Amino acid sequence: MIEARSLSKRFHDKKRGAIRAVENVSFRCAPGQIYGLLGANGAGKTTTLRILATILEPSDGTALVCGHDVVEEPEKVRGKVGFLSTATALYPRLTAQEMVEYFGRLNGLDEPTLKKRVDDIFERLDMNEFRERRCDKLSTGMKQKTSIARTLVHDPPVMIFDEPTLGLDIMTARTITTFIRECRNNGKTVIFSTHIMSEVEKLCDTIGIIHDGKLLAEGTLGQLRERHGEQDLEEIFVKVVNALQSKAEA
Amino acid sequence: MNLKAVGIVYRKEFTEWVRDRRTLISTVLVPLFLFPVIMLGFTALAVELVGKAKQEIPKIMVLGGEDSPDVLASLRKLDNFQIVPYDQNYREQISDKQIRAAVQIPAGFQSALQNGSTKTVEIYYYEGELKSSFGADRIEKFLKDYREQVVKDRLAAKNVPASVLTPFEIKQENVAPPEKVSGSSVGGFIGYLVVLLCMTGAMYPAIDLTAGEKERGTMETILSSPISRMDLVLGKFFLVLNASLATAALSVLSMGISFSALRRFNSSASSGRGEAAALLLHLGLKTVISIFVMALPLAVFFSAVLMTIALFAKSYKEAQSYLTPMTFLVIIPAIASMLPGVELTPKLAFVPILSTSLVCKEIMSGTYHWNSMAIIFGSTCVYAGVALFLAFKTFQRESVLFRS
Repeated sequence: MIEARSLSKRFHDKKRGAIRAVENVSFRCAPGQIYGLLGANGAGKTTTLRILATILEPSDGTALVCGHDVVEEPEKVRGKVGFLSTATALYPRLTAQEMVEYFGRLNGLDEPTLKKRVDDIFERLDMNEFRERRCDKLSTGMKQKTSIARTLVHDPPVMIFDEPTLGLDIMTARTITTFIRECRNNGKTVIFSTHIMSEVEKLCDTIGIIHDGKLLAEGTLGQLRERHGEQDLEEIFVKVVNALQSKAEA
Repeated sequence: MNLKAVGIVYRKEFTEWVRDRRTLISTVLVPLFLFPVIMLGFTALAVELVGKAKQEIPKIMVLGGEDSPDVLASLRKLDNFQIVPYDQNYREQISDKQIRAAVQIPAGFQSALQNGSTKTVEIYYYEGELKSSFGADRIEKFLKDYREQVVKDRLAAKNVPASVLTPFEIKQENVAPPEKVSGSSVGGFIGYLVVLLCMTGAMYPAIDLTAGEKERGTMETILSSPISRMDLVLGKFFLVLNASLATAALSVLSMGISFSALRRFNSSASSGRGEAAALLLHLGLKTVISIFVMALPLAVFFSAVLMTIALFAKSYKEAQSYLTPMTFLVIIPAIASMLPGVELTPKLAFVPILSTSLVCKEIMSGTYHWNSMAIIFGSTCVYAGVALFLAFKTFQRESVLFRS
């Protein structure tokens, strides 16, 4: 379970002064569900997810992940989370197996359990062919699989994906979306951010539209369609964002 | 602090470190092979060049002396000169290395010798040019011998024994043990080297583990794991420290081997060639351990400072541009310790880098000022502690970790 409570994050920029990257964002995501954060570049998606993964600390508000407070118990939160984004690269001089084992050990797995987990994951993701190959010698698809294995090694109940398919070819992106679906089917709490409408339509149980750091609309796809009188998610998104801009101009 | 987690990070960083070619070059190959190549290579080259210069029969021009046939005849008798005919452009010829030197026999030189008046014989040469100096030295030696013979002849003519000129002899003898002698001559250099290598050994891993990690995009990956920032910093720090000490240790080892080879080279070289290889080094276990103990807090200090600074950079290149000026900050006090007359004082014992460099110099010459050593060790530990604390704090700053 993830519960964001009035999350806010401010950054200071020398040129632009104080920037409110996230402002008073609250939402819930239950186990066995996928929550999609939909927003344009710079909307605050990455900052929100980084706060949930305790990589950043909120300026105000907090969030509970599996009952642990992200401000008070960040290490416990990270132990319950698998975090995957385009910015979470692999160590080039480690092999795929060493990479996954390293994160297993950091998550406190003992050696017999770790060996079993690694063997299972490598078998399941069809990674045995390149398990001894260094990460800098892997193809993009192999790297993505290794990253997935890295997030799964400690079997976390919560999965956070930050634009996981950004810049990937169709086949590799498909591997990721299939994996996200599997996580939900296995009862994990899944949250992911994207600006690709079709991904949201296909995957998400609940959609949150975020813009300029604010969560502007939230609901299932059906609820959003009904509320905004549009069938196409892109139209709904534009309507919601325009409404905010008109309000700001007024 | 979770030691197990620190160990996991250290092991992983170590695995990556030994697989990095740049690391191999800067930590292992450079210290292991640079010194033997520099010391043995240059010494052999210097010995060879000096030997060749000494073996050469220099071309010497004699200016004047037409009215002094005796001295000219004595000069011509010697086979270690080649007398060339007079040319008025002798100065240019010396500068152009066509001849090595010229000797000016003043007019009336021989008659002045006979009537007891004094004349000045001038030798022209090219200062700083080895072969010209050797040529000038040979002429000077010939003239001194000739003068001595004249004096002896004069004394004999008056029935005065030659011993009247040397009422007593003077002899210098070294009483310091070889360890102190070699320590005084090369100790300053060793101190400089230990300090410099502690830094250069730490530099590349410090960049790789901070800015390098940011550049490769693995910083966010590791920050999403449950390890605490403190354990992460410590794991990385121990690897950087390890690299720093490994570089310094390998360098001292390689230098010891080089000196020992030099000594063998010296003893096997002919007596005339041995001067260039006269440096002898006596590295005892006590010396090595003492230098290691004194260098340890400095290595901690460098590792922490370099990591802290490199973390501010977004890329490997940017970190290099931050840290390169640091090298000068380290080299200046290290070089200062090599200057003659710069001695370890209670005040200087508090100056980081310089104090360690000076104490290494003292240790190398077999002098152990325990009070100063305690002050230097203690003060450097404090500086190292502060630097490490700063590294922890910097790793907690989001503005530094996610600088864009």
